[in-house]
Amino acid sequence: MAEITLKGVTKRYADGTVAVRGFTLDIADGEFMIFVGPSGCGKSTALRMIAGLEDISEGELRIGGEVVNDKPPRERDIAMVFQNYALYPHMTVRENMAFPLRLAKLDRAEIDRRVMEAAKILDLTEHLDRKPANLSGGQRQRVAMGRAIVRQPKAFLMDEPLSNLDAQLRIAMRTEVSRLQRGLQTTMVYVTHDQVEAMTLGDRVTVMRKGLIQQVDTPANLYARPVNLFVAGFIGSPAMNFSPVDWDGGRLHTVFGDIDPPPSLAERLKGAAPKLITGIRPEHFEEAELLEDTAGGVTFKANVDLVESLGSEVYVYFTVGASEKAAELDEVADRTGLDELPHAATEQMVARLNPDTKARRGEVLSLWFDPARMHLFDAETGRSLTS
Amino acid sequence: MSASGQKRALWGLADIVVIALALVPVLWIVSLSLKTPATLTDGAFFPNHPSFSNYRGIFHTTLFTRSFLNSIGIAVITTVVAVILAAMAAYAVARLDFRGKRLLVGASLVVAIFPLISLVSPIFKLWLKLHLYDTWPGLILPYLTFSLPLAIYTLSAFFREIPWELEQAAQIDGATPFQAFVRVIAPLAAPGVFTTAILVFIFAWNEFLFAISLTSTDAARTVPAALAFFTGSSQFEQPTGSIAAAAVVVTIPIVLLVLAFQRRIVAGLTAGAVKG
Repeated sequence: MAEITLKGVTKRYADGTVAVRGFTLDIADGEFMIFVGPSGCGKSTALRMIAGLEDISEGELRIGGEVVNDKPPRERDIAMVFQNYALYPHMTVRENMAFPLRLAKLDRAEIDRRVMEAAKILDLTEHLDRKPANLSGGQRQRVAMGRAIVRQPKAFLMDEPLSNLDAQLRIAMRTEVSRLQRGLQTTMVYVTHDQVEAMTLGDRVTVMRKGLIQQVDTPANLYARPVNLFVAGFIGSPAMNFSPVDWDGGRLHTVFGDIDPPPSLAERLKGAAPKLITGIRPEHFEEAELLEDTAGGVTFKANVDLVESLGSEVYVYFTVGASEKAAELDEVADRTGLDELPHAATEQMVARLNPDTKARRGEVLSLWFDPARMHLFDAETGRSLTS
Repeated sequence: MSASGQKRALWGLADIVVIALALVPVLWIVSLSLKTPATLTDGAFFPNHPSFSNYRGIFHTTLFTRSFLNSIGIAVITTVVAVILAAMAAYAVARLDFRGKRLLVGASLVVAIFPLISLVSPIFKLWLKLHLYDTWPGLILPYLTFSLPLAIYTLSAFFREIPWELEQAAQIDGATPFQAFVRVIAPLAAPGVFTTAILVFIFAWNEFLFAISLTSTDAARTVPAALAFFTGSSQFEQPTGSIAAAAVVVTIPIVLLVLAFQRRIVAGLTAGAVKG
């Protein structure tokens, strides 16, 4: 058990490319920390530097208070689960799990005891004498976990451990991982590209983009108060709806019409740039006809493109207003990294409505939202004005 | 006859032709080795009065027994040294990105395609000077030179097949790089190691050009070279029967070796290491 502290950790390759830049983060003892971001954002590299599989070019890494920059992986007392499991194919499940213990020269009885215990937790007892080749994907995954937990290491590092499983198994294993971590109370760093995994598993989540940390926060805060366009677009499914806004110092000119800034925003809008981006979560749109009172909100006409019913809720895809705004949004997306999130940087918007909605494909629907729920971002820097 | 039956018959026929082409000369040698000098030229495929006198004969001559020992010693030492060196070199080629890697691989390939005959006389002169002529090291050294390129090439192909992660997993599990190699990588590369060992052994065992050029006595003469020095029991008698018997005997170790390691050569040992 130990805390992990990274201070200005940077990974620069020989050819000059920088995979991780100035990574500074405190991971508390027993914390479940998630690194999330699109592919190529440096999350795996950051994890591999903690593991000792990649050299640290600059900065300082401490595990349990001790600087471990120059220590080989075996002296860091950490366990890692790889994306493709990396089980030893010539060893049985039992031998696979016992391998780290035998290297640590524990006595036979203790090894047996720990392996049996881990096998019981992971429901592998009856498979102990099988080879990895004869196991299903989910079982291999559990063996990889078993090999990590028998060690009772200072920390677990997980590199997209569930991404090779099919959807159903992934959800089942997700709860398993969560249960395991709570049971063991060991620090865990978990890398994923799946924001749903990040939101459901982590105590805290680190969102990364292009080697830089964007935001570190609890899942709830990331969702409610994203610090920039990238985080806002990355967290949440379906993604937040973005559209350009002109700010003249008095009113906000949005695609939904001109809006008086709500009092909660007025203070922050002082001195804001004239070009802004609004972000509205799909669940913050309401169907105007079904509301008793639309006062204090903005009502607008939406051209419905598509209606997707999931039973408990309905996703209504729609477009609003002029298309010259689309080009403007594209430009912003380019600059702020939204373009790395293909589902977020579109002019098409989506509303999450109740199943009793009257929305029909091809028709016009009146939608309503509360401007106080609106996120506003600087179109130049992508920084949020509202959180 | 159905189309697939016809196809199968054709394949069967092709198989028989191939097997006949490969085995008839061998069987002919076996047949010759069992004939007595009197019936040697009777042309019968099955000897009329099979006799083991040729075999008894060759094991009574020091020419054969001594060269047989030379062959075993030289081939085994060449194989062991070549496999160890090649394993290390191949591991580096497969895993590390070092300066001059392409040059190394390219150079070793050039060595492999170099015509042996052009090197015989320089090596002969060199060995005379270095007192390596007619010694075991005098044969082992050139054998290493010419078997290493192939060995490195085959082994690096096998090492490349082994996922990088396995080694990293081993290091995280607490293994030193050496432990990771010995306990994880080497066992997985075993089929490759055995395949390579057999190739090198066969090369060293069968080699004739250096063996005949760089030896003069039975201090280092190997069987392929020694066969040329066989004489009949009198100077008027052809040594055909004895040569045939010796040829059969020298084939046996190779056959045994391949049979023994056949199972280990079966690939697919890495199945299950990663998702699949």
